[in-house]
Amino acid sequence: MAKVPGLVKGLGVTLGTLFKTTVNGSNTVQYPHEKETPPIRSRGVIALHQDNCTSCMLCSRSCPDWCIYIEAHKELAPPRREGGKPRQVNLLDRFDIDYALCMYCGICVEVCPFDALFWSPEYEYSEPNISDLLHDKSKLSEWMETVPEAPELEAGADKKKK
Amino acid sequence: MIALLAEVPYWGQSLLRVLGGLVAVLLPAGTIVYVFLFKMMSFMQSRLGPMEAGPYGSMQLFAEVGKWLQKEDIVPDRADARIFKMAPVIVLVSTFLLVVVVPFGPEAWFTDFETGVFYALAVSSISVLGILIAGWSSANKYSLLGGLRAAGQLIAYELPMVLAVMGVVIQAGTMNLQKIVVAQNTGSMFGIDAIGHPYVISQFFGFIIFMIAIQAELTQAPFDMPIAESELVSGYMTEYSGFRFLIFFIGEFATAGVFAMIASVLFLGGWGVPFTWFGWTSVDDVANWMNFVGPLIMFTKMMLLVFIIMWIRFSYPRLREDQLQRFAWKGLIPVALINIMVTAILKVVF
Amino acid sequence: MTMLGDRQQLSYIASQAADARLNLELETEGMTLNIGPQHPATHGTLRIIARLDGEQVVWAEPACGYMHRGYEKLTEVRTFPQVTTLVNRIDWLGSFANEVPFILAAEKLMGVEAPTRAQYIRTILFELSRIANVSLFLGDLGVQLGAITPVFLAFRDREYVLNLIESATGGRFHPNFDRIGGLKDDLPAGWIDETRAVMKKLRSFCDQIEDLLFGNEIFQSRTRGIGVIPRDVALQYGLSGANLRASGVDWDLRRDQTLPMVWDKADWKVWTHPDGDSFARCWVRLQETRESTKIVDQLLGAIPSGPVMAKVPKIIKVPEGEAWVSTENPLGEMGYYVVSRGDLGPFRVKIRSASFNNISITPWLLRGVYVPDIVTILASLYFILGDIDR
Repeated sequence: MAKVPGLVKGLGVTLGTLFKTTVNGSNTVQYPHEKETPPIRSRGVIALHQDNCTSCMLCSRSCPDWCIYIEAHKELAPPRREGGKPRQVNLLDRFDIDYALCMYCGICVEVCPFDALFWSPEYEYSEPNISDLLHDKSKLSEWMETVPEAPELEAGADKKKK
Repeated sequence: MIALLAEVPYWGQSLLRVLGGLVAVLLPAGTIVYVFLFKMMSFMQSRLGPMEAGPYGSMQLFAEVGKWLQKEDIVPDRADARIFKMAPVIVLVSTFLLVVVVPFGPEAWFTDFETGVFYALAVSSISVLGILIAGWSSANKYSLLGGLRAAGQLIAYELPMVLAVMGVVIQAGTMNLQKIVVAQNTGSMFGIDAIGHPYVISQFFGFIIFMIAIQAELTQAPFDMPIAESELVSGYMTEYSGFRFLIFFIGEFATAGVFAMIASVLFLGGWGVPFTWFGWTSVDDVANWMNFVGPLIMFTKMMLLVFIIMWIRFSYPRLREDQLQRFAWKGLIPVALINIMVTAILKVVF
Repeated sequence: MTMLGDRQQLSYIASQAADARLNLELETEGMTLNIGPQHPATHGTLRIIARLDGEQVVWAEPACGYMHRGYEKLTEVRTFPQVTTLVNRIDWLGSFANEVPFILAAEKLMGVEAPTRAQYIRTILFELSRIANVSLFLGDLGVQLGAITPVFLAFRDREYVLNLIESATGGRFHPNFDRIGGLKDDLPAGWIDETRAVMKKLRSFCDQIEDLLFGNEIFQSRTRGIGVIPRDVALQYGLSGANLRASGVDWDLRRDQTLPMVWDKADWKVWTHPDGDSFARCWVRLQETRESTKIVDQLLGAIPSGPVMAKVPKIIKVPEGEAWVSTENPLGEMGYYVVSRGDLGPFRVKIRSASFNNISITPWLLRGVYVPDIVTILASLYFILGDIDR
């Protein structure tokens, strides 16, 4: 077969894409009418499980941008059993994450020893006012509802998770 | 149409001519921008294009026009203000001057020059001036480069355009565009007159050369060195914003439409269908309804040719300036000259 | 002549004087054109000062630094996991590839090797970053030369790769997945089959680009013979990556170096081209993309089971020492020289980025070319500003 000049082949590619888009639809998603679901592990927003947090400050210290602000105070909680000593617990006053600074690196979620921080794939929280991007602890606790279950691992992975 | 309204006073006729001219230029421009630039380009790139403004994005052009009209009118400090402001108008004026000579029907024409072809080719060169002074007066080194490139390119490609059209003129024996249309629709090839005698078949090489020359005259890729977007940002149009840029933009697509109309008149048979289909023998026989259907047929042929122009525009990278010039002077012009020679010989022999 | 109070006249005269001084200094004539820092052709904020004689370049010099973010200074006050996050953003198109040499240097200092499963997944993600990076290059090549369609095809097919990386690591552009001793997490279920399907799509994308762009006679006449870098000049200027291989030098760090990565477990070849012109550089990258898809396919079938993280303490203090590791990144050779004093973070990190050395050749290369060829040459050299300026 004679060699088709490259100029003609190029025209064929564009015409082919034209027909494919007319028949099959485009590869683009018409946001905001249609929305794609991001993968489960997608780093959208960080959610806080307040009950687990002991304000150990590990996340705040390990953040590369220093965008986590934590204030806590100690209190005496009633003993767990009858006749025991009152325990000292840390109660959170303030746990803010400034999403205007956050790099979405995930170090805070990783280092937390008490599983108080989780990733959620939510991404639609942009604000017209930049100071509204500072999420306080009530807002961070609200994000907990959107946290998905961790996905199943691929075959051959170690069963015990890190 | 003008003959139908012979009772209308002269000022009325002129007004109608002006309105008709505006419609004949702007309506194709708008349609071309929507169908080809917004939709066809997007579909070729696996996306849908503007969808928000109006159903399927049909009002996008009006949205864009509105956007440009409300922008600030910036004239650069060091630019030559008078010439800077004149440049876009010159480019658009040449398009309007060009459309008056295109016939849309047996009696639907603006003017009926005996030397229609000569006039059309002459007037289409006015836009070169506009582009050149836009580049020079912008006080911007990128615009200067774009303007100079444009001057060289547009002048170089005028010649193949003229020579390609010469073949058609020789075949038709006249420079009157209306008579060329009639000649195509009443003619016959080798005795078969089922499809008339569209010059695209007998002047095939002339057609190809004309289409390439149009691509260059419109500074569309692969000949868009003057606007080379990745080097010169916008070439000679860089410093224009708002209303003036709108004129350039509409002018670009209006000129594409009008050149396609001229090409369809010269090569595809213009507003007509082969007369034998209806048993007409000359232009006076043609029925009156053809005055209304003629523009529609012309529109369809124009869209077909613009499809080809735009298809090539979206698929090819651009030629470098010297390669472009070499292609014109060493490639197209010799082929066009040979085309004329062969046409003349065959016309005399047969 | 002029009124000294007329500011417009004064500024005009001042700029003419500056031009004249430049004329005297360079002993050349012509027009000085500033390409950049804001320009569609430079991949970011690069400024090329070119002295033109008509359309020919008489003298050109790149002025970089408009995007300098102070990486090496930043790393002095960050811990190792934090530096891993930052380093993603140097070459932001193939970002996993930036983490790998840094983590390998830290592992070298600690004397730790990642388990085999982690090494396989690291190599696969490394090659996926290369594919993501170079497929954008193939599309961008079209735009620089005037063909506006290939870039959309490139973005369309690159989305598949980015979705893969996102489902495994959580981030499309900045995965932040490598850790000292292994990886952060294992792969989610179904990833291997998805990746295989995506590799098929990418191979068809490479064929489409070859038809649309490389086979096009206009593209070939724009790139063949333009910006020829002879073999010895390429070696002298310290070029690396596809630029070097396109000048005929058979040099690929993936094959010529032994690192704890598993490129030697796959059967692949190194592509070179004898010409050294722009077409060669583009062509080599196209073939390398195809080769990467083959590597990924082979490695996917061979991932062993096991843990993805070695036994390392929770709080990592890297012992004292210095280590240098460089890898064959998508842009060229990228290396990190890590100096540690036994702290939580490095004492000093020196980043050798490929693009900085690659553009050092532009003054030599851009002499005597036409203005459109400047764009072709810069496009074919392929640098990313984050990589040049860090």
